[in-house]
Amino acid sequence: MYKYDAIDRQLINERVAQFRDQVHRWKAGELADDEFRPLRLQNGLYIQRHAPMFRIAVPYGMLNSAQLRAMASVARKYDRGYGHFTTRHNLQLNWPKIEDVPEILAELAEVEVHAIQTSGNCLRNITTDQFAGVAADEIIDPRPLAEIMRQWTTFHPEFAFLPRKFKIAISGTKEDRAVTWFHDIGLHLKVVDGQVGFTVIVGGGLGRTPIRGEVIRDFLPWQDILSYCEAVLRVYNRYGRRDNAYKARIKILVQALGIDAFRAQVEAEWAHGKGGPMTITQAEYDRVAAHFTAPTYETVGDVELPDEKPFLNWLVRNTHAHKVPGYAAVTLSLKKHGIAPGDITSEQMDVVADLADRYSFGELRISHEQNIILADVKQTDLHAVWQQARAAGLATPNIGLLTGMICCPGGDFCDLANAKSIPIANAIQARFDDLDYLFDIGEIDLNISGCMNACGHHHVGHIGVLGVDKNDAEFYQVTLGGRQGNDAKLGKVIGPSFAADEMPDAVEKIIQVYLESRHEDERFIDTFDRIGIDPFKNRVYEGRAHGKAKAAQKEAA
Amino acid sequence: MSQLIKNGAAAADSWKTLEIGEGETPETLALPAGDVIFPLAVWQARKSELAGRERLGLLLQPDDKVEDVAADVARFALIAVNFPKFVDGRGYSTAALLRQRYGYTGELRAVGNVLHDQLFFMKRVGFDSYALTDGKNLAYAIERGFSPFGDAYQGATDQPQPYFRRRA
Ligand code: HEM
Ligand code: SF4
Repeated sequence: MYKYDAIDRQLINERVAQFRDQVHRWKAGELADDEFRPLRLQNGLYIQRHAPMFRIAVPYGMLNSAQLRAMASVARKYDRGYGHFTTRHNLQLNWPKIEDVPEILAELAEVEVHAIQTSGNCLRNITTDQFAGVAADEIIDPRPLAEIMRQWTTFHPEFAFLPRKFKIAISGTKEDRAVTWFHDIGLHLKVVDGQVGFTVIVGGGLGRTPIRGEVIRDFLPWQDILSYCEAVLRVYNRYGRRDNAYKARIKILVQALGIDAFRAQVEAEWAHGKGGPMTITQAEYDRVAAHFTAPTYETVGDVELPDEKPFLNWLVRNTHAHKVPGYAAVTLSLKKHGIAPGDITSEQMDVVADLADRYSFGELRISHEQNIILADVKQTDLHAVWQQARAAGLATPNIGLLTGMICCPGGDFCDLANAKSIPIANAIQARFDDLDYLFDIGEIDLNISGCMNACGHHHVGHIGVLGVDKNDAEFYQVTLGGRQGNDAKLGKVIGPSFAADEMPDAVEKIIQVYLESRHEDERFIDTFDRIGIDPFKNRVYEGRAHGKAKAAQKEAA
Repeated sequence: MSQLIKNGAAAADSWKTLEIGEGETPETLALPAGDVIFPLAVWQARKSELAGRERLGLLLQPDDKVEDVAADVARFALIAVNFPKFVDGRGYSTAALLRQRYGYTGELRAVGNVLHDQLFFMKRVGFDSYALTDGKNLAYAIERGFSPFGDAYQGATDQPQPYFRRRA
């Protein structure tokens, strides 16, 4: 894992001092609220429903045990002893005091953790695949380039006040696990004729206008990634819309110009930067890559694992193929039924840090599905990891299953929400609490967002749930058939929205249609692709008044 | 009004900015004498009349295209880039282009909503004078505003070599 050197340390320490001074000037009335706002946002501080919300970066999802312990400690000391892992490699605290944030930042800086550019209209945290470096289907480890890009984005002077936020994701595997088609820039590492480079995708995004990105460049040598991104950003900074926040993302500019015209502008701009000083040197790549070398794996002999059903269930769902024989990657589920998805207590963070030290070279990953990964566990240790994780409530065997859902904080925490999302998640978890049933249903992504902003990725859930506001009441719109991965696409709306208490039934009916219609070995999404949306629609709205009948009902009421 | 910072100190401002008043057009308004900063439209409409002047200033708005003056930059003693709101970051690209691509070497001034916490970024992209918004603490801005960070990762106008090319 990357370790800071003198310059990295200097810059984050200077950042803490800078923010301390800014908070001080704001309190003293020298900085107006709207002058302070972008400054605090670029240090991860939102003002939310109950309190400020503070977002700590986990760059490209990597953490070590000391860093997680420091997060546990600040959550305990300055907050209510828990945090929330988001879909973008961040940890959010829900209740800190603004005045404490400089102190929190100082404590985090000691373990090389920061909150730089975790919100605001700037270059955000770069995300990647939680199995980077260990995935069996990896082409190139994305982490060295992600770290080089992290440094480049940090305090970039030209792009600190973009029209809107800007998110970059990198995937280095055959199967995309980083939702690269729905980022402002999505990057796929690949090797062509022995040369390493990227497919560059631009203009994707979820939110209120979900758009799948388009390929702007089929092959870009890795050395050119910084100068090329600068060209994209310069065109966006100059010509992206600033009159309307909802139309300010790069996706709107790309749509307005068309990908070909946008590409032509970027290429014209890049002609000036190409081959210039921002070209990454082999020496720099090697320096950074040296931090991401494989740990000293042992030779693991024959592995005999206990034949206990709960353990075997966990093995099936929560462990993943590793490129080194005898090892596995383990997902610790933050999706225990009844808990807000992605939430973790300080005590649990400490347990996870201990597990990492004991069984996984002291390192951890955060996935965009809001779980924690121990990437390098010996198969002979799996049973011990399971027991300890289970004791801490972190071994729910539901990864990739219905209740392993993604869910945003929603109306319980977020000012922008149309509706609550956590209670919906919990109600669905309660309905599907039977493990055998969950296993029988098999792989399915259920994603919930409390509003159009789509923080919970509802558009790319096989089942997507979106909170909507109808005459001041909370309702939920359901989409089917969305997906992430190589053929990522947006779900289709099934029909009129549901009240909160109708949601578990609606999901159950959808599942029933699948179970009745599936061919052997068909996952939910395969069945959906085969039979289409109508059978689901018919079942879900069966007996439900609609059209004229509904209007008549309303009249009568 | 604003408070001018130049060469790391408070400075007097000899320049006046010409405003196009109501009912006036760039083609017809009177061109005052002295150190005047002209809006782009006035420069474009009145180039030949202004050609003889010794010291010329130009004002660029966020949506003015810097390409339009690419061939003329050597004519200006001062180019002012306006930030009507400090969160509108287009002026950073304008400045970077003037310095890096079009070889502008005269005074490059940030005007408008210019605040303490953006001075470092402005300096990095190539500004060398700053019309700090009135009412803001000038002495503190001079003391701290330009140096929150002792170095930087990226190449920019003030230091074209990114840090990784300067590592020992
Ligand atoms: C509670 C405070 C939060 C606020 C105020 C907030 C605000 C927003 C807004 C306004 C957007 C739409 C941006 C656009 O379309 O231009 C958005 C998108 C998004 N946010 Fe949040 N968010 C919050 C929490 C979260 C959390 C907890 C997560 C992760 C679980 C998250 C991850 C995302 C993602 C992945 C997107 C959509 C991707 C995209 O940018 O297109 N946000 N957020
Ligand atoms: S999707 Fe909406 S409700 Fe949920 S966190 Fe994002 S902005 Fe808030």
